[in-house]
Amino acid sequence: MSEGEVAAIVGINGIGKSTLLRTLGNVQPKLSGNITLNKIPLENYSIQELASEISVVLTEPIATKNLTVLELISLGRQPYTNWIGTLTEEDREKISLAVEMLQIEELKSKKCYELSDGQLQRVMIARALAQDTQLILLDEPTTHLDLYHKVKILKLLKSIAHKTNKTILFTTHEIEIAIQLCDKMLILESRQSTFGSPCELIQKKSFENLFPSDTITFDSQTGSFRVNK
Amino acid sequence: MQKSISYRAYFILLLLVLIVCFLVNISLGSVSIPLQETLNAVLGKSTEVDSWSYIIWNYRIPKAFTAILVGSGLALSGLLMQTLFRNPLAGPFVLGISAGASLGAALLILGSSLFTGFFAFTMVNDISLALAASVGSFLVLLAVMVVASKVKDTMALLIIGLMFGSITTAVVSVLSYFSTAEKLQQYVYWSFGSIGNLSWNQLLLLFTIIAIGILMSIFSIKSLNALLLGESYAKSLGVNMKQSRYFIIIATGLLAGGVTAFAGPIAFIGLAVPHLTRQIFNTTDHKILVPAVLIYGAILMLICDTIAQMPNSANVLPINAITSIIGAPVVIWLLIRKRKMIF
Repeated sequence: MSEGEVAAIVGINGIGKSTLLRTLGNVQPKLSGNITLNKIPLENYSIQELASEISVVLTEPIATKNLTVLELISLGRQPYTNWIGTLTEEDREKISLAVEMLQIEELKSKKCYELSDGQLQRVMIARALAQDTQLILLDEPTTHLDLYHKVKILKLLKSIAHKTNKTILFTTHEIEIAIQLCDKMLILESRQSTFGSPCELIQKKSFENLFPSDTITFDSQTGSFRVNK
Repeated sequence: MQKSISYRAYFILLLLVLIVCFLVNISLGSVSIPLQETLNAVLGKSTEVDSWSYIIWNYRIPKAFTAILVGSGLALSGLLMQTLFRNPLAGPFVLGISAGASLGAALLILGSSLFTGFFAFTMVNDISLALAASVGSFLVLLAVMVVASKVKDTMALLIIGLMFGSITTAVVSVLSYFSTAEKLQQYVYWSFGSIGNLSWNQLLLLFTIIAIGILMSIFSIKSLNALLLGESYAKSLGVNMKQSRYFIIIATGLLAGGVTAFAGPIAFIGLAVPHLTRQIFNTTDHKILVPAVLIYGAILMLICDTIAQMPNSANVLPINAITSIIGAPVVIWLLIRKRKMIF
């Protein structure tokens, strides 16, 4: 992947989308294969170095929702702060930039347990953004959200990537929205996985075999799935 | 900026309250000494009755300092446990540290009658009791650490700590079944908790242990804050989880183990104080919480001790009972007020 791109990982349940993402983010150890970041193997980075290269938004809930939104976003600055975690002027700037980008000004002093799912998701993305890493990984950022908020989050991710030149990779089940919004897509399948721009993938008929064709078929004209009745 | 000023004001206020509690604590006791005379004794001036100065310097002040160390140590260890285990119910008791100390004490007191041949030479006194309790809590801590290196899940560690606690309790009840009434009474007295028997030397030792624990906690503040998001997020923020976990567990062991060794098992301070502090300061930032629980723990323990010594009477209530009587309603009140136990 290159700078400033948004890519989605899609595939059926249990194929290993989250596992792939978590392994890329060094949240869990890899089984086999090579992962390189800036042409350097991932295992050559220390945990501290990786923290300023990759930030993550995971599906697991945060341990305590008693944090205020601002406290939570500030934690994103941890890789850069001193031994006790004092925020500098630069840290504060990055934090307010993240808050501004995700339009969560009015949520700043709220506690996390007061937020809706969609708001919390935006706050978690703001935290990842405040971590100021080249690569942002998100595990199913759109689950539990309605169609409007799903689109809103994904459009937001796209604008972040294009504005800040960061690379964003996320897993999703929203294949139809991803086709419309992403620069690249990775289709995980048990036999062979394909990676490319949505248009290329449609031309290669890569979406056709994603689901059993007796139940769901892909319409390459509209880029959407149809249920066979 | 506004916020840090108001925190500073809070802390100054709290320190003043602590000093007042300290003075009230040492001015009250079985012998009534006027507050003015207490102040004189503290400041090194002569008192109306010579023995007053002696009582204050050799009995009451060491006891008050013990209360401060015990309260601070337990409260901080409770905070560390609650954050590490992401569990609002965690406290020094949960890891089995207190249980280990109880087992050490029980083996010494009750075992001496059971295994006469082996333990006959051991003397049951304050120092050997403290030693036995420290060894007990340290062994349990060691066992928990060994398990921690095998089990990655912190929740499993919590359950294992509880299991160690159950085993200990079971062993203690077997021991008490076979022991004499006199020995049993001695053990029960130890389990009441006591903060009045420490000499200045013992106090210095306890202080050193607690100070190391506090220092280790201060160095863990950053990882504790990251842990508020959970272990995966903490790792992604550059926290070396394995190292931090050991660090926090050892700090807890020193704090809770040290206190229990010298003062016996003291309930509820470790559980209640962190919750109380979070409510009052309304923050989850450990930069604020760590110093705050230290002061709150000390204040609460001084108040409990003041009540326990029943001013102007010769009776002293078991401190463990007082901390429970005060601590449990605090937890219930917090629950009712906030409707949920968040941490």
